[in-house]
Amino acid sequence: MRLLLTVLALIGCAIPSWAQSSAVILSTTTSTQDSGLLDVLVPMFEKKTGMTVKTISVGTGQALALAARGEADVALVHAPSVERKYVEEGKMQNRRLVMYNDFVIIGPEDDPAKIKGMPKAVDALKRIAETQSRFVSRGDKSGTHVLELGLWKQAGVEPRGAWYIESGQGMGQTLGIANDRRAYTITDRATFLAFQKRISLPILVEKDKPLLNIYSVMEINPANGPRVNAAGGKAFADFMLAPETQAVIRTFGADKFGQALFVPIAGKTDADFQ
Amino acid sequence: MELIGQGLVQALRLLLSGDAEVWQVTWLSLGISATATLLSLAVGIPLGTLVALTRFPGRGFVVSLINTGMGLPPVVVGLFVTIVLWRNGLLGMLELLYTPSAMILAQLVIAAPVITGLTLAAIQQVPEKFRLQLLALGASRAQMVWTLLKEARLPMLAAVMAGFGAVISEVGASLMVGGNIKGSTRVLTTATVLETSKGNFDAAIALSLILLVLMFLVNWGLTWIQQGRRA
Repeated sequence: MRLLLTVLALIGCAIPSWAQSSAVILSTTTSTQDSGLLDVLVPMFEKKTGMTVKTISVGTGQALALAARGEADVALVHAPSVERKYVEEGKMQNRRLVMYNDFVIIGPEDDPAKIKGMPKAVDALKRIAETQSRFVSRGDKSGTHVLELGLWKQAGVEPRGAWYIESGQGMGQTLGIANDRRAYTITDRATFLAFQKRISLPILVEKDKPLLNIYSVMEINPANGPRVNAAGGKAFADFMLAPETQAVIRTFGADKFGQALFVPIAGKTDADFQ
Repeated sequence: MELIGQGLVQALRLLLSGDAEVWQVTWLSLGISATATLLSLAVGIPLGTLVALTRFPGRGFVVSLINTGMGLPPVVVGLFVTIVLWRNGLLGMLELLYTPSAMILAQLVIAAPVITGLTLAAIQQVPEKFRLQLLALGASRAQMVWTLLKEARLPMLAAVMAGFGAVISEVGASLMVGGNIKGSTRVLTTATVLETSKGNFDAAIALSLILLVLMFLVNWGLTWIQQGRRA
C-alpha cells in the first residue's frame, strides 16, 4: 500500500500548473479548433504577449451565452445575426470581422431533390423540403445551425417531419450521420475538407452569398461579471486583426487541404458582404 | 477493421517515438485521476466505515443516497461543478474552472460515492461476531476498525479499482470543467473526442488504445497488491 501511495504521489507532483490565474478565456466555436487554426494562432499570441489563453471551444450559441455571463474574456464566433443582438444588448462590444470561409450544401450522389448546381441555397432547401428528402441539421444553436435556420425561414419552410433529422452534435459527427443516412446537410467548407476522405457526399450547392460564413471577434463588456479580463480580451481581439496574424490565416490549411481554409478580412464591415 | 489496425500502428508509433504531446496527455490523465482517486479514498473510507459501523435513524436513507451516488452521471456532475466554479459562481473567486484542479474536483465527486459505497459493503460483510470478539479480546475501537479494514482488504482494493476506473474513463465532466485545453486540461478521453470530431479516427483509436493499456497497467498493479499479499 505504501508503495502504491508513493507512486501516486509522485505522479501527482508531476502535473504542471494546478491553477493558473489571469489567463485570457477565449470562447469560440468548434470549427476554429477542429480546423487546427487555433493550434497555430494561440501559441503565436502567447509568445507575443506572455499571456496564457484558455480556449473553450463549444457551439457558437454556448460560446456567446458564456461570454454574456462574463465567463469568458473574448469571443471568436460565426453567427452575425446573433452577434449583433448581443452587441445591441450591450453584452458584447467592439465587434470586428476577422475572416470568412463558406458553407456548402452536400448530399447523396443520386440527388433525389435534384438540387445540384442550383445557384440559390434557399431554392435548394425549398426543393429538399418539397421532396421530403432526408436532411441532417446540427440542431445545437451553433453558427452553422443558426445559418441553416435563417435559410429555412427565407425559404418559408418550417422544417419538421421524419425527413428532418436533428443530430445535436458537432459538424464532424453530423457529417458522419448524413453520410450514413444518405442525407443532405449544410457544412462549413473547412470541416467538409477535413472529412472528405471519409464521406461520399459531393458538394451540390455552393458560392451563394447567403452561404458566406463570417467570423468575428468581440470583447466582453466587463459589466457582465466580476472577473472579466478586459485587457486580455482586447489584446487577443487586436491580435486576431494584426497584419501578421491575418497573413497566417491567409495561407492556413493550404499545405494540408490544397486550399486555404479561411479568407482574412480585417477592416471590412458587414456592409461589404451584403 | 483496417482502421483499428492503423490506429494500433499509430498508437505504437506515437508512444515509441516519444511524441511529447501524447505522453503529456497520458501523464495528465493518470495524474488527475490518481489524485482524484486518492482524495476519494481519504473521504470514502472513513465515511463508508462510519456508516457501516453505526446505527442511527434514517440510516437506510443515507445508504440509499450513497448507493445512488455510485452511479452519478458524470455529465450531471460536470454541469453542477461548472456552475459552482463559474466566475459568477459560489467558488468563482478561486478561478479554478478550466484547470486540472477543477477536473480533480469533479472526478472526486464521481469517485467518492463509489469508494464510500464499496467500503460500506466491504466492512459490513465482515461478520458482526468477529467485531464483538475483537472488542471482547480487549481491542480498542481504533484497533478494531483497523483490523476490520485489513480484513476487508480485498474488496477495498476492488473499490479503488472501481473508483479509478470510473474517473479515468469519464469524459463528460472532464470536458465541461476542464475545457479540453491543449497542454493543460486535455486528457486521453477528451483528446479522443476531439480527434474524432476532427475526423482523425486513427489518432482517436490510438489514444483509446493508450487509455486501455494504461487502465490495464494500473489495475494489474492493484491486482498484484491485492492478490500478492494474500498469497
